[in-house]
Amino acid sequence: MNISNVSKVFLVLSLSTSYAAMAAEGDVSDSDRIAQYREMIADGNPAEFDEMAGEELWKTPAGPKKATLEKCNLGKGPGVVKGAYAALPRYFKDTRKVQDLESRLLTCMTTLQGIPEEQITAKPFSSDQKKSDISSLATYVVGQSKGIKMAVSLKHPKEKEAYEIGQRIFYYRAGPYDFACSTCHATSDVRIRMQDLPNFNVQKDAQAAYTSWPAYRVSQGLTRSFQWRLNDCFRQQRFPEPKFASEATIALTMFLAVNANGAEYAGPGLKR
Amino acid sequence: MNAKLILGITAALSLTTALPVQAGTDLDAKTAAIIKRDFRDKGIAKVERLNQDELQAACSKYKDDVPVDMKVKLEDEQLKQIKWPADGILVGDWKAGEKLAQSGKGLTWSDKEGDPAGGNCYNCHQLSSTEIAYGTIGPSLLHYAKKKGGLEKAQRRAYGRIYNAKAYNACANMPRFGHIGILTEAQIKDLVALLVDPESPVNK
Amino acid sequence: MGNPMKIRAAVKEGVTEVKVLMQHNMETGLRKGADGNLIPAWFITEVKAQYQGRTVLEAQFGQSVSKNPYLLFRFKGGAAGEKVSISWVDNTGDSRTDEVAITA
Repeated sequence: MNISNVSKVFLVLSLSTSYAAMAAEGDVSDSDRIAQYREMIADGNPAEFDEMAGEELWKTPAGPKKATLEKCNLGKGPGVVKGAYAALPRYFKDTRKVQDLESRLLTCMTTLQGIPEEQITAKPFSSDQKKSDISSLATYVVGQSKGIKMAVSLKHPKEKEAYEIGQRIFYYRAGPYDFACSTCHATSDVRIRMQDLPNFNVQKDAQAAYTSWPAYRVSQGLTRSFQWRLNDCFRQQRFPEPKFASEATIALTMFLAVNANGAEYAGPGLKR
Repeated sequence: MNAKLILGITAALSLTTALPVQAGTDLDAKTAAIIKRDFRDKGIAKVERLNQDELQAACSKYKDDVPVDMKVKLEDEQLKQIKWPADGILVGDWKAGEKLAQSGKGLTWSDKEGDPAGGNCYNCHQLSSTEIAYGTIGPSLLHYAKKKGGLEKAQRRAYGRIYNAKAYNACANMPRFGHIGILTEAQIKDLVALLVDPESPVNK
Repeated sequence: MGNPMKIRAAVKEGVTEVKVLMQHNMETGLRKGADGNLIPAWFITEVKAQYQGRTVLEAQFGQSVSKNPYLLFRFKGGAAGEKVSISWVDNTGDSRTDEVAITA
């Protein structure tokens, strides 16, 4: 079998899928077609490689203390990974802070493994040249919440406060374009160019968006973390760069995560 | 000199340590302090960009739904500052306008100093009937000249709104392209031409 | 030695469906890096699937195939517990073989 035969196999597959769907629904929107494409390649999400890499990083001794992360407490007790992401961000007694997944991983890597914080935050995002450890670790952890209902707590006063601050950041207009998160994400059924935009004040939208991140971006060939997602939003907002794992990004994540409560976590996702 | 040094150190320390927790906190003030602390310069995007002007602050505070008396006041202030072209000519070249409308570039931290900014128009608006990849955050501007009645009226309306959309709706989503200096007077004229010129694909 | 693949193989009504996700950069050799220099070509050239020592698929890959290629194919036969193995070779001579047991 040569390459052209391989292409034919793909072609036949994709055609048969879309014909079946069209016959059933009549008019199919671009978003529906994208959904079909996602379903077709659901078992082929390269984010799985980052989950595998992250799991190995979790279990391999590292840093000056030569320790693994298997005693890391993500909120469900030391070493419990299952379901941890579906309840983050949350308040942690030991740090007396509300933390999201990445800031909590940062705490574990600095305290348990003794890795200097600056070393981790200097390059927290993956690039073509080098995958980021903290990003792979995050991908592993989120994968262990697949199918678990999002239940982010607002019981602790600090959690409530983070949500309130996050909401204020969501509406904070600044920069040369006067943009806030809300400029694009507080209206239903709108799009930028051809890209549909979720309205984070509507539960259904917030759920679909939040539970599909982190995600493998096909156009970039990389798995992108939630902190990266926020970063790229701020870039397009024409803002300066938010510091990695800062209180501002955690508060904003808290606002978005709570709005997504009740939905089954479905990541790591797959995006264009 | 020693006192100055100590002051400097305290200032640096307070920036890196946690924010003071006050009972009954003023969340607005706390949010402002967090935003000031938690962003850093990247490329051309400096932290000064986070300092809000009066209009940005008001729209943020009221989630874009400012009380009507405040809205009128803000709009008046913006309207007063619109610089109409000294030569009285409001239209340029619609072809240059279409190119500008297509470009979504400009002023992000991944753009370089001096890189020309685009109009970003298609990100949010439908314009030419031939371009199907348009956003829907703003209203459709297809057949703008016909819709807005009368050439002169449409020209003035378009120029004013592109120059400063906030002069007409205080918390509009649209950037203030002329007011902030994102686009030049000549570029705005080209965009006006795209909207009103009978030969422009917007009006075909 | 390349990075591990993710393989799933399931038999249904006498036909085995195999899904393979390969981990490879698939550089075309035409792309420039951040430093402005061309990134050297680095891509899978051959893929082979074997079932019970028999070759059931052979494919030639090239620069047009995406990063982290995903391949789905079916062959007649196969029973739960039997092994399917996938191998690839790239233009640098690197190779990788992984195998998986067929599930029902």
